[in-house]
Amino acid sequence: MSFWTRHQVFEKNSIILIVGILLVIAIGGLVEITPLFYLKSTIEAVDGVRPYTPLELAGRNVYVREGCYLCHSQMIRPLRDEVERYGHFSLAAESMFDHPFQWGSKRTGPDLARVGAKYSDDWHVTHLTNPRAIVPQSVMPGYPFLSSTEVDPSTIADHMRTLRTVGVPYSDDQIANAAADMKAQADPDNAGADAFTKRYAKAVVRNFDGKTGTPTEMDALIAYLQMLGTLVDFKLYNEKANLR
Amino acid sequence: MVSGSVFFQRESAMPQPSISKSMTIGESGLAVVFAVTAFLCVIASAKALDAPFAFHAALGAAGSLAAVFFIVNNYYDRPASLPAEEINGRPNYNMGPIKFSSFMAMFWGIAGFLVGLIIASQLAWPALNFDLPWIQFGRLRPLHTSAVIFAFGGNVLLATSFYVVQKSCRARLAGYLAPWFVVVGYNFFILVAGTGYLLGVTQGKEYAEPEWYSDLWLTIVWVVYLLVFLVTIIKRREPHIFVANWFYLAFIVTIAVLHLGNNPALPVSILGSKSYIAWGGIQDAMFQWWYGHNAVGFFLTAGFLAIMYYFIPKRAERPIYSYRLSIIHFWALIFLYIWAGPHHLHYTALPDWTQTLGMTFSIMLWMPSWGGMINGLMTLSGAWDKLRTDPVLRMLVVSVAFYGMSTFEGPMMSIKVVNSLSHYTDWTIGHVHSGALGWVGFVSFGALYCLVPWAWNRKGLYSLKLVNWHFWIATLGIVLYISAMWVSGILQGLMWRAYTSLGFLEYSFIETVEAMHPFYIIRAAGGALFLIGSLIMAYNLWMTVRVGEQEVQMPVALQPAE
Repeated sequence: MSFWTRHQVFEKNSIILIVGILLVIAIGGLVEITPLFYLKSTIEAVDGVRPYTPLELAGRNVYVREGCYLCHSQMIRPLRDEVERYGHFSLAAESMFDHPFQWGSKRTGPDLARVGAKYSDDWHVTHLTNPRAIVPQSVMPGYPFLSSTEVDPSTIADHMRTLRTVGVPYSDDQIANAAADMKAQADPDNAGADAFTKRYAKAVVRNFDGKTGTPTEMDALIAYLQMLGTLVDFKLYNEKANLR
Repeated sequence: MVSGSVFFQRESAMPQPSISKSMTIGESGLAVVFAVTAFLCVIASAKALDAPFAFHAALGAAGSLAAVFFIVNNYYDRPASLPAEEINGRPNYNMGPIKFSSFMAMFWGIAGFLVGLIIASQLAWPALNFDLPWIQFGRLRPLHTSAVIFAFGGNVLLATSFYVVQKSCRARLAGYLAPWFVVVGYNFFILVAGTGYLLGVTQGKEYAEPEWYSDLWLTIVWVVYLLVFLVTIIKRREPHIFVANWFYLAFIVTIAVLHLGNNPALPVSILGSKSYIAWGGIQDAMFQWWYGHNAVGFFLTAGFLAIMYYFIPKRAERPIYSYRLSIIHFWALIFLYIWAGPHHLHYTALPDWTQTLGMTFSIMLWMPSWGGMINGLMTLSGAWDKLRTDPVLRMLVVSVAFYGMSTFEGPMMSIKVVNSLSHYTDWTIGHVHSGALGWVGFVSFGALYCLVPWAWNRKGLYSLKLVNWHFWIATLGIVLYISAMWVSGILQGLMWRAYTSLGFLEYSFIETVEAMHPFYIIRAAGGALFLIGSLIMAYNLWMTVRVGEQEVQMPVALQPAE
């Protein structure tokens, strides 16, 4: 019986055909994806990476909602020009708490993996409100509406609880104080600011949008942008230990 | 708007007074399920935590109520017995859902091309974002990609798969309400997903943007789709399953697997739209591009190859070039495609071993792709002269040529050194569009030009001359589009890595943005031509249905075997 005759078993039996398809398409995915969950070398051992603060998380949700990832990557490749332009190449560890990941696939605008602390808060407010006020050749849309939309501190704890269920290590303390922390991060005069910075290493407390009152989406987004890429201290990072 | 009668052929079964009329289990069951759904949606809408979720729940309630009304109303209108499987020994084909999907494909196609033109113009003239949340680039871009891939492409696949499976199995489509549930339910998913993007409801994963409740709904629709397709194959009256159906089956099954693998998400509240995806960081990246690349591989390739394997032989009136080649093509393609995802993540934090595997399999993928192309093109052996006289066949054949071109370009771009230049630039956009406009677009247009006269029982198209105009205008549009993106992509990639003689980076980022401006205008012009072509097509198909000459049904005794 030739190969071609044997193949008729698939051509004449739809269930066998489906089983065949399922087996054939399962192999590639299993081989490529499963090891990423157990190979220890997949994510580097590195100090400093922590879950997002409540305000940063709200800012990240604005980033996702507005589709920023469609024009900005957050993944610096280990190529000479990228490292010189944007900074140290991105580590897997730096996005391990990202649900979803926002590495992006297109750079209509520059990479943002290390945009944190690169520009002032004022710069960001003006730029997000009207990009062409600062960069005349920019093709980025303006987001003036972020300044007039307040974030909701009352629901952010639910978001953090959900993230904890999918694997982000928020502590009970962090979740219990989520609403207070959210307000505290955008208000240096807030009584809870000190307690907040103890809960989140390297978190910055500033009035990001320069306006008083409940934090706005502008506060949140800038808080998020200003922390991007700032958590790992590359002076202390052991590159050789993490060679893969 | 189109009334139901355009799609619904009143089944002219003989009145059979002996059978007393009663609702089938499907009719009564579905009506009850939809009534309960409507009730739950009303509650969800009232208690919703955010406005978009309230709106979508209200849409769900309205849709469910409409479904109940349709089911009950249809029950009172229909004859006592359901449509016969056969009439006078010939299969009684079910054309209603096919007509519906063909119409929706044309509608979403035009909408998707229009949104594409708008976002292309926004990149050339950013003032067109108008500083408004709902129409800024970041929200319209997913609307564009979903409208052309899932709405236009999806409806073309639904229409053609339901047609091909019936004809090649010589069996009526399985189910009475089920096929309607699939086509209407699928378009409802598109409506919810699309309005969600404008309102800022998104998972933030490319080509998998719809939130958790849209994903759940799609899962239900997709399972019914698989069942309708599979049961129709099972009741076939041909010993062999036709090759096009293998590809459709691989498309349906694999898309289900990909959809489930990439989208497990935990909603913050079941009364709100926001959810967080179960996967994080690097694993999420790998799942995403395993899904993303195979949405290309199985939605935009396997599904449309099925169209190639049915419509080209049919239109050229020639058998498929090589049956054995199609067997090799099929298994090699579906086996290799699944591995190719990591080439979207070259030089990222993804481990090198995964990147190398992805690259290796992407290069190997070139072979089955070109095997399939050869099988499609060589089907025209002895019928090449038809390209001069039949613009529809020309469209189908040119689509296969574009398929060959993009499936060479893709493996080339998956080579790491090439990718270091092309990744993050417009070259990728150009590559995608040579595949999307040239291959998927043209093979869909060709299929719809064949399908509409067949499904509506017309002798032929309203005007072949208009097809010719469509062909040339759209081709010119594609050429403008992809050459502009090649130039801008490679230019941008080279500018990013240019150094001065002193060893400094030569260009600031914004200088590279400025350099793209002329190419963004050319690209928008190309997109406008493609859109104009589709408007010509819509007019042509509309007139075919409205004024086209009815095909005279041959007496049954003279009917040749299909």
